[in-house]
Amino acid sequence: MSPRVRAWLGFGLGAVVLFAAAPALLTDFRLSLLAKYLCFAIVAVGIGLAWGRGGLLTLGQGVFFGLGGYAMAMHLKLADAGEGDMPDFMQLYGQLDELPAWWAPFANPVFALAATVLLPMLVAFGLGSLVFRRRVRGAYFAILSQALAAAMVILLIGQQGTTGGTNGLTDIEGFFGYDLDDPVNQRMVYFIIAGVLLALLALTRQLMHSRYGELLVAVRDSEERVRFLGYNPANVKLVAYVVAAGMAGLAGALFVPAVGIISPALIGIVPSIEFVIGVAVGGRAALLGPVLGAVAVAWAKTALSERFPGTWTYLQGAMFVLVVAFLPGGLASLWGLVKRRREAAVPPAPPAEQPVLVKEAAA
Amino acid sequence: MLRFPRRRLAAGAVALAAALAVSACGSKTGENDTAGGVTADTSGDTVKVGLLNSLSGTMAISEVTVRDAIMLAVEEINAAGGVLGKKIAPVGEDGASDWPTFAEKAEKLIKVDRVAAVFGCWTSASRKAVKPVFEENKALLFYPVQYEGLEQSPYIFYTGATTNQQIVPGLDYLKAQGKKSVYLVGSDYVFPRTANKIIKAYAEANGLTVLGEDYAPLGSTEFGTIVNKVKASKAEAVFNTLNGDSNVAFFKEYKSAGLTAASMPVVSVSIAEEEVKSIGTQYLAGQLTAWNYYQTTTGAANDKFVKAYKAKFGADKPTSDPMEAAYVSVYLWKAMVEKAGSFDVEKVKGASDGVTFEAPEGLVTIDGATQHIHKTARIGKIGDDGLITEVWNSGGPVKPDPYLKGYTWATGLS
Repeated sequence: MSPRVRAWLGFGLGAVVLFAAAPALLTDFRLSLLAKYLCFAIVAVGIGLAWGRGGLLTLGQGVFFGLGGYAMAMHLKLADAGEGDMPDFMQLYGQLDELPAWWAPFANPVFALAATVLLPMLVAFGLGSLVFRRRVRGAYFAILSQALAAAMVILLIGQQGTTGGTNGLTDIEGFFGYDLDDPVNQRMVYFIIAGVLLALLALTRQLMHSRYGELLVAVRDSEERVRFLGYNPANVKLVAYVVAAGMAGLAGALFVPAVGIISPALIGIVPSIEFVIGVAVGGRAALLGPVLGAVAVAWAKTALSERFPGTWTYLQGAMFVLVVAFLPGGLASLWGLVKRRREAAVPPAPPAEQPVLVKEAAA
Repeated sequence: MLRFPRRRLAAGAVALAAALAVSACGSKTGENDTAGGVTADTSGDTVKVGLLNSLSGTMAISEVTVRDAIMLAVEEINAAGGVLGKKIAPVGEDGASDWPTFAEKAEKLIKVDRVAAVFGCWTSASRKAVKPVFEENKALLFYPVQYEGLEQSPYIFYTGATTNQQIVPGLDYLKAQGKKSVYLVGSDYVFPRTANKIIKAYAEANGLTVLGEDYAPLGSTEFGTIVNKVKASKAEAVFNTLNGDSNVAFFKEYKSAGLTAASMPVVSVSIAEEEVKSIGTQYLAGQLTAWNYYQTTTGAANDKFVKAYKAKFGADKPTSDPMEAAYVSVYLWKAMVEKAGSFDVEKVKGASDGVTFEAPEGLVTIDGATQHIHKTARIGKIGDDGLITEVWNSGGPVKPDPYLKGYTWATGLS
């Protein structure tokens, strides 16, 4: 099978699972949980690009997720409050006489929707320009990302009157005029999220298979050589970082109608690390690895905590250890591993250390 | 440099999603509310109730004790024959100290387990996160912790104190002691910030000067600067709304700065018997707390509660205000259900006004209009043995006033 046919087949299978099988098999409650997992999967697609292909350990994606989420929630809160009125929590905690100036533009749906994607991209562009040009990389870049996540949480909590503080923005009733209490509308939100995920997967696949994708991998593996070839690695990395930020922002925006809350608890250091864990479990370099990992980790969290409310955290930890120790390429490498074992039944299988990418390019 | 030769893939996906999304549209906002209202499953000879507490994460240390108290009440009720002839079957879920998880688990308890009522939540943020879930599905939550007031959900019963049953009496006590100035220290989240807003309004109207206001991030252990500021302010008392571990660092620093309960007393509203044990009595002896219940509260109902709790969970385990409020909430629900003669949420709510229970803290009565309960306010002093003894009480149950409508100084607050 040519890679192109395989891509179409995979894409079609994904569409059938998300659009036909899942809605038919799952109850409304489970479907709304799946919608939440798919939001995490969208973030994971971006991390897969930036980290898996670009080698940028993005430990601060919560910031971009939060920017997108807050932009969307601000618009929905303003829409709930109605023309010229302030959101409920502002009257309660802020005791403000009028809406703060920086809230006002979010009343416009077009501005708010654009902001959910462009605001995170803009922040990523600003930070990335500074950092990559100065050749900050590796652990320093990761620490910087974490610091940004921590700073944003402190800022949001401190401005309780205008951001809702630790509570975040909650109690969201409508989504562009549609009542979110209605299960039919919850289903609509799910379909939108599933559609966005598939579209972003297609986009990322094209990006990975373009000349830019090759360049990105080259920068990951040997930045100096790419520089000698006459490219500027800073720009190559910047594109991946900004695209990943945009995806995280979009995921945050979709998370709000799906779950009904955005709060600092979702964007700090711990959730930012959890995003990366999902990608690591799934396999960071493959296209579908991050998606499978993010969904699997989120699903396992729900399933384990429902089954074993007292001890699920240990089980979850054990799962991460097992995957990292025995399957360094993530869940996505499982298929390749099985195939190789079968082909090379007589001589022992080669170590699984090889980058997943090499196999895929050869396929 | 960037080429996207096959855009059709993406375009197709977007078109597919759009088509499905549009075909799946439901009711618009403002239309008649047809959604919601999952009925509890009471068909068998048991009735399920949900227990929603953090069993993991930073809040677990406090919330597990609340879970234990709820379980004690459930077992006692079952041993006495259950509710309306049905045994209570508790279903536990872990909120994991994470607000969106609380919302997810609340929905699971209501929709999948179809419980008749849910008991739990501790932080205000978790309550705010689950509030829309209970309102959408028309299900009941019993919230057992003192909080910052300014809330009245039709589907939540608040069995902990609201501000006029804890913070305002605490301030009244300081005023009666002749204190003229206070310093406010709190953790950086909704409860301390809202409480301090109320304290400042009170102070302005009652001739009390607020000499400073400082917040530390939740879990912070750096209190050198804050304690120095407190000391330099020469305030006559400190009002402390710090939560959890931060109290340990704060009181250690407080003592080493040479500040004592005699020179500058601290009134705390989040330190109960359980926390006293973990902070260490050497740092806390002589300091003040404001609550509605202490392990030392006198009365036959409390003797029975303390004895039963220690018998089940260990003689070294103290009982505290939130635990007592959680224990009481199960009994109040039982009384409401029996008065209504039904597990139906609307009937139970309708029967709530005037329901009483002889609680460990004394007689409590539900105020149907606010769904809060009448509670006696108590100021206590922490002793060398780690227990808290009452030094003042309100003389009887105080009517709940979550929006402080009965206080002229509070008119600008809500």
